[in-house]
Amino acid sequence: MAVWFARSRNLVSSLRHNLCLSTILVKGDYSHHRPVVSTSQLSPTVFLSPYVSSLRHESTAVVKQPDLVQHSDEEDVLQELDFPGGNVGCTSEMKFIPASSSRRIPCYRVLKEDGRIIPDSNYFPVSEQLAVRMYEQMATLQVMDHIFYEAQRQGRISFYMTSVGEEAINIASAAALSPEDVVLPQYREPGVLLWRGFTLEEFANQCFGNKDDYGKGRQMPVHYGSNRHNYLTISSPIATQLPQAAGVGYSLKMEKKNACAVTFIGDGGTSEGDFHAGLNFVAVMEAPVVFICRNNGWAISTHTSEQFRSDGIVVKGQAYGIRSIRVDGNDALAVYSAVRSAREMAVTEQRPVLIEAMTYRVGHHSTSDDSTKYRAADEIQHWKMSRNPVNRFKKWVVNNGWWSEEDESELRSNTRKQLLQAVQAAEKCDKQPLKELFNDVYDVKPKNLEEQELGLKELVERQPQDYPPGFHV
Amino acid sequence: MAALLGRSCRKLGFLSSGHGARRTVSTETGKSLNLYAAINQALHIALDSDPRSYVFGEDVGFGGVFRCTTGLAERFGKNRVFNTPLCEQGIVGFGIGLAAMGNRAIVEIQFADYIYPAFDQIVNEAAKFRYRSGNQFNCGGLTIRAPYGAVGHGGHYHSQSPEAFFCHVPGIKVVIPRSPREAKGLLLSCIRDPNPVVFFEPKWLYRQAVEEVPEHDYTIPLSEAEVIREGNDITLVGWGAQLTIMEQACLEAEKEGISCELIDLKTLLPWDKETVEASVKKTGRLLISHEAPITGGFGAEISATILERCFLKLEAPVSRVCGLDTPFPLVFEPFYMPTKNKILDAIKTTVNY
Repeated sequence: MAVWFARSRNLVSSLRHNLCLSTILVKGDYSHHRPVVSTSQLSPTVFLSPYVSSLRHESTAVVKQPDLVQHSDEEDVLQELDFPGGNVGCTSEMKFIPASSSRRIPCYRVLKEDGRIIPDSNYFPVSEQLAVRMYEQMATLQVMDHIFYEAQRQGRISFYMTSVGEEAINIASAAALSPEDVVLPQYREPGVLLWRGFTLEEFANQCFGNKDDYGKGRQMPVHYGSNRHNYLTISSPIATQLPQAAGVGYSLKMEKKNACAVTFIGDGGTSEGDFHAGLNFVAVMEAPVVFICRNNGWAISTHTSEQFRSDGIVVKGQAYGIRSIRVDGNDALAVYSAVRSAREMAVTEQRPVLIEAMTYRVGHHSTSDDSTKYRAADEIQHWKMSRNPVNRFKKWVVNNGWWSEEDESELRSNTRKQLLQAVQAAEKCDKQPLKELFNDVYDVKPKNLEEQELGLKELVERQPQDYPPGFHV
Repeated sequence: MAALLGRSCRKLGFLSSGHGARRTVSTETGKSLNLYAAINQALHIALDSDPRSYVFGEDVGFGGVFRCTTGLAERFGKNRVFNTPLCEQGIVGFGIGLAAMGNRAIVEIQFADYIYPAFDQIVNEAAKFRYRSGNQFNCGGLTIRAPYGAVGHGGHYHSQSPEAFFCHVPGIKVVIPRSPREAKGLLLSCIRDPNPVVFFEPKWLYRQAVEEVPEHDYTIPLSEAEVIREGNDITLVGWGAQLTIMEQACLEAEKEGISCELIDLKTLLPWDKETVEASVKKTGRLLISHEAPITGGFGAEISATILERCFLKLEAPVSRVCGLDTPFPLVFEPFYMPTKNKILDAIKTTVNY
C-alpha cells in the first residue's frame, strides 16, 4: 500500500497546473487596458493531491489556503484582510472565477474495455479469490435483474428496478467496504446487499411482500433493508438518505468505531436540497461518510444536460470542502480502488469523501418506464454491448486464468435455477398476517389503531369477497 | 404558582393544575422557573442521564435564541451540543441518522414557522422509518423541539401554529405543554419515548409563565389528557398557551353561573379521546379553541370524533374558537386571535343553544 501511495503522489504532482483567472471584465468607456482572456486559453484546473490535508476553518484563525490560484506577476496582493472565516488576500484587479474549468475533471480508470490494465496504473491489487467473487456477484446481479424483471412483466410482482450497466459500481464498491460500514442506499444498489450476503430468497421475499419479507410487505418491491447487513431500508424519496448518512457517520465518529457511513445517490438526486444539506453537514461535522454518486446519465427521462450545468458532481465536493474523485464507474478495479481509498480516508481521517462514478443506466428507470421513448435504442445497445462493465471485468479475470467458459455457464445456469426456485417459493409463500398492517407504526400500537384493527377484522370476516385472499386475520 | 405580569394584549393568570384535577403532576415544591428554564432543566437532565444524547440546531451553542439550551455546551461539550448549519432539512435528516444508530437526537428548529423544509424528512422519513423497515430500524430517539404560537408581534413567520399538519402523520407524536412544570415532564417523556416526537413550545410562555418546577427527573405520560378544571355545563379542550386564555373565560363564565370543565390535551397525536369523551358525556357540550386557523385545524378532528362518540349526549353543536383563516397578521393580531371574550361568547351561545 505504501508503494501505491508513493506512485500516486508522483502521478498527482505531475498533474499540477495553475489556474489563470479568466474573463477580466472591462467596464466603462472600454479603454481596453487589459485583454479579455478567452476560455480556450485557460489551463487545466489544479488537482489537489488526496494526501494534502485540507482546510479546517476555526473561527477567525489564520488559515493557510492551498494554492488554488497562481497570482500573475503584475497583480498586487495588497494586503490580507481578516474577515470572519479566515484571512483573505485582496486584489485590486477585478476577476471573476470562471463558471467552469476549460477541462473537465478526468475520471480515474485502471482497466481498458479490452480487459487489460492501463500501464502504470495505480490501484489496489485484487486477489484471484476476490476477483472471482466479484465477477460471480456481478453476473449473479445480472441474472437476478433479468429474472425479477421478467417476473414483473408476467404480472407476478408489481414493480422492479434493474441495475443493468451499474454492476461494477454495485459490487466493486461493496467489496471495498467492511461489513461494519453502514450503507444508506438510494434504490439502484442491491448489489451491495447481495455482496454482504442477502440471499436470492430474501430478495424475492421482499419483491413478493410475503410473510418472510423483513419489511413485512409494507413497501413496493426493491425497497430492501437489512439490519443484519447494515443496509438501511430503502425509501422512494430521492436523496433523503444523504443528511441521514451525516448523522450515521457522526454517530460512528462519536462511538470511535472503525467504520464509516456509505451512501449512494444518482445524478438526478444531486439536484435535491438534501444533497446540499448532506454534503454541508458532513463537512462541518467532519463525519466519516463516503458519498458515491452513480452518474448514469439519466434521471428517468431527464438527461444530465437538463439536470445541472456544472462539470458533473465531482466539482461540487470542493464547494463544501470535501475531497472528491471522479471514477470510471464501469471499471470494477477503479471503483474498488477508489472506494477502498475513500473509505480509509473517511475512517482514519474522520472526514467525508465524494466519489462520482461515471456510468450508464442500460435498463429503463423501472418497469413503469420505456426508455426508448426518450433515448435512442442504439445508444442503449452501445452501452449494453461495447461498454458493458461485466464483460470488461470478465475479460480481465479470464486473461488472468481465473475464470473459464465452463465456470461461466455453470454459474449462470445455477444462478438462474436458484432464482427461478426462489421466485416460485416466494410466490407460493403465505402472505403477511393482517395484523402487520397495524404494527410498527409506533413501538406500541396506540388506541386508535387497536380500534381500527378490530373494525377491519370484523369487516373482513363479514365481507371477505371485498378483500384479497390469504391475509390471515 | 404565581400569576404573572402580562403584556398589554394579554394578562396571564396561571393555570392551576392542582385545582379539582383528576390527575396531577406531583405538587411537591421546586424552584420557580419560567418555561425556557424548565425546558433547559429537562435538557440538562436528558443529556446527563443518557451519554448518547445530543442537542443541536441553529444557535443552540450559546444558549439559543430563547435560552432553552443555556449551559449545555459548556457542561456536556461541543461534541454533544452544537450549532448546525442553517438548514432545517439537514438538521432533521442528521437527527434521523443519529437516532437510527440508537442515539437520542434532540433537535431544535428555531421557529415552528421554519419547520417546513424539514417536512419531507419528518413525514416521509422519520414517521415511516420503523414501519417501512419491518421494525428492523427505527428513529425513536428523535425529538424535534420548536417554539410556536403568537407572541404579540411575531407576524406571519414568528407566530405560526403548525400542529395540524403533523397530526395528520401516522408514526410521529405531537406534544404541546401548557406550563413550565408540564413542559419539563412532557419533554423528558418525549425524549425517552421510542418514537419520533414533535414538541411545540408556546414561545409566549417562555418568559411570561413562571411556576414551581420540581428539580428532580420526572416524566408526564404522553397521550393522557388532563382535566385541569372540573365543571358540569360545558367541556373546553385546548393546548399550550391558549389554555390560559380559556381559563380566564371559564372564570368569567362561572360568574354568570356556567360551570366549565377545562381539559389540557397535551398530546395531540395520538390523542386521548377517552378523557374528552367522558367529559362531554357528562357536560353535553364541547368547545375547542386553538390559535391555528379554524379551517382544517386540529379542532376539526376533535369535533368529528366527539360527534361520532357522543352524538346523542350533545345539547349543542361543537363550537370552535380559533384563529381566522388568514396568514398570521401583525397589526391585526388582536383581531385574529381567539380571545377570552370570543371564547366567553361561544360558551354562552353553546350553553343557551
